[in-house]
Amino acid sequence: MATATLESHDTHDDHGHGTSTGISNTKLAMWTFLGSECLLFGGLISTYLLYKTRRGPGPDNTTIPTDIFDIPFTSVSSFVLLMSSLTMVLALSALTRGDNRATRAWLLTTAMLGGVFIGGQVYEFTAFLREGVGFTHNPASSAFYTLTGFHGVHVSLGIVMLMSLVVASKQGKLTPKNTETVEVVGLYWHFVDVVWIFIFTVIYLIPTE
Amino acid sequence: MSETVTETATAEDAADDAHEAGAHEHPSDWAYIKIALVLAVFTTIEVLTYFESALPIFENNAVTITTLLVLMVVKFYLVATWFMHLKFDNPIFGRMFLAGLVLATGVYIIALSAFEFWA
Repeated sequence: MATATLESHDTHDDHGHGTSTGISNTKLAMWTFLGSECLLFGGLISTYLLYKTRRGPGPDNTTIPTDIFDIPFTSVSSFVLLMSSLTMVLALSALTRGDNRATRAWLLTTAMLGGVFIGGQVYEFTAFLREGVGFTHNPASSAFYTLTGFHGVHVSLGIVMLMSLVVASKQGKLTPKNTETVEVVGLYWHFVDVVWIFIFTVIYLIPTE
Repeated sequence: MSETVTETATAEDAADDAHEAGAHEHPSDWAYIKIALVLAVFTTIEVLTYFESALPIFENNAVTITTLLVLMVVKFYLVATWFMHLKFDNPIFGRMFLAGLVLATGVYIIALSAFEFWA
């Protein structure tokens, strides 16, 4: 009886996560990673802010990204990414209920919305290139491509993770017992969204002059 | 007595299973949809600031910048607390994230100041 009581306390103390902190190591690692990502994106955003008006020295490379931003187009792709955060939480909610079909549908929708956002970014980059504003055009364009390109790579990695979850769900490996896996991928996805909330405001919408 | 012990153990097992699955209190789908609608409205206002003719108040740069920064912070907060579950989860997760966020903000404000960005 005494042994049983002790075992029961042990189980209670670690809250079922089997960790000395009583919280999930996976989630703690993801949150720590996301905290470190703030430093990465902070550096890229600061660099862009410092160089955003730096035109090239020659007469052929004076166009900077802010001169040719297509705000209505970027607004639509920003909205698409924002709504993908909703579909992501709905996927997690469906998995918690044990509804695998809905989980797959929401995960696929999230991945598709992410794909639409990436498609928009490719279109934007192509339009810039058509205007002659390439990566090495001037310091402003280099900083712009580096910042938005890094963000695009993060979204693309998120899509790969989402598709892996869809495959796992199809194989029956995603059950209500694995909600934490979906939650951790969701945290990454939402972070990519909040970074864009920041980029969209600071880079695209705040007037330069 | 032994039945009571068994029932308690079963309840604890169930709770542990839920914890193992990473479960914590989640809002309803409708609550998520309402948050998304609020985010959509805020995004619409943000975009309207670009079209000065739609709302003449945004012809003033100070008003525009203040509005945009406030909306950005509120949107960031809503996604982090509701969609990322910081509101319902263990506070240590939020603290880890906040540590990175505050450090980044501090470091880059100093860096931007060093390059006389605000001048």
